[in-house]
Amino acid sequence: MPHDHHDHDHFHHEGMSPSGHPYRADNDVPLTYWQTMEIAMREILIEKGILTPEAVQLQIDAMDARSPANGAAVVARAWTDPEFKARLLANGSDATREMGFDIGPMHLVAVENTDAVHNVIVCTLCSCYPRNLLGLPPDWYKSRAYRSRTVKEPRKVLSEFGLDLPDDVTVRVHDSTADMRYIVLPARPAGTDGMSEAELAALVTRDSMIGVGAPKQP
Amino acid sequence: MGGNAAGTVLPENHDFALWEKRVDALMVLCSSKGYFTVDGLRRALEDMGEAAFEEMSYYERWVAAVNQNLIERNLYTLEELGAKMAEVKARGETYGEATGG
Repeated sequence: MPHDHHDHDHFHHEGMSPSGHPYRADNDVPLTYWQTMEIAMREILIEKGILTPEAVQLQIDAMDARSPANGAAVVARAWTDPEFKARLLANGSDATREMGFDIGPMHLVAVENTDAVHNVIVCTLCSCYPRNLLGLPPDWYKSRAYRSRTVKEPRKVLSEFGLDLPDDVTVRVHDSTADMRYIVLPARPAGTDGMSEAELAALVTRDSMIGVGAPKQP
Repeated sequence: MGGNAAGTVLPENHDFALWEKRVDALMVLCSSKGYFTVDGLRRALEDMGEAAFEEMSYYERWVAAVNQNLIERNLYTLEELGAKMAEVKARGETYGEATGG
């Protein structure tokens, strides 16, 4: 009932667009200085012919379409195809490109979790993240708390995510750089021997590829 | 940042606001056109000093860093930016009004 407004008066927003559509909720709070700068930059670049509105929208759509499902497909392939796994660990950029996930000019390094080693990724300076495989980084990945503490007390941070590692497991923290991205290849869960690649991919969570979680159990 | 004491990591997410996605798109598009490198962005971020990391949000820092690099590259001047920002601001009180329908 899109035209029945009685049921959702609490969603009332100030202002309608010229085409008669209400603005989304995050657009109807007072305009900030930095938002003003974004609009101004974008319009100047469009006026100068450097960008087009369509290119900006296409870029947003492309980014929205990337999700951890890409990374999960890569992990599931590595779990089922030992030769692919070897290629992935040797050169992550080339191996994921085989599957159609192009990381561009950057280097992708896949780090493997084993019974003896647990890997976790961070970007202490900003938020470098394997976006082509995982989409945009979650808020906490960009937070001061995660970036500051993961390199200093990784076990404590991991335990806050619910991942308590035995003392005999080595924790390796990988700090991303401007042109290098890491992804964690989690260990394949026990009891998944008969599962297909697609079924396995469904077990691979975003957090398990960052290293702050484990894959789901079958 | 790395190694400093800090509070608990809150495992939360939020949907990105449209203006944040646009900042991201401007960053990717201008960088792929070669107007700056990721190193250039990181330098601009580092130059902002510690206060920026306390007071500004993530995409606020990024829009400032992209702008800094584009101005250094002479894609537009500070004066042009200032004039356009005044024009944008005069359109309305909210992002939706100021960004046009």
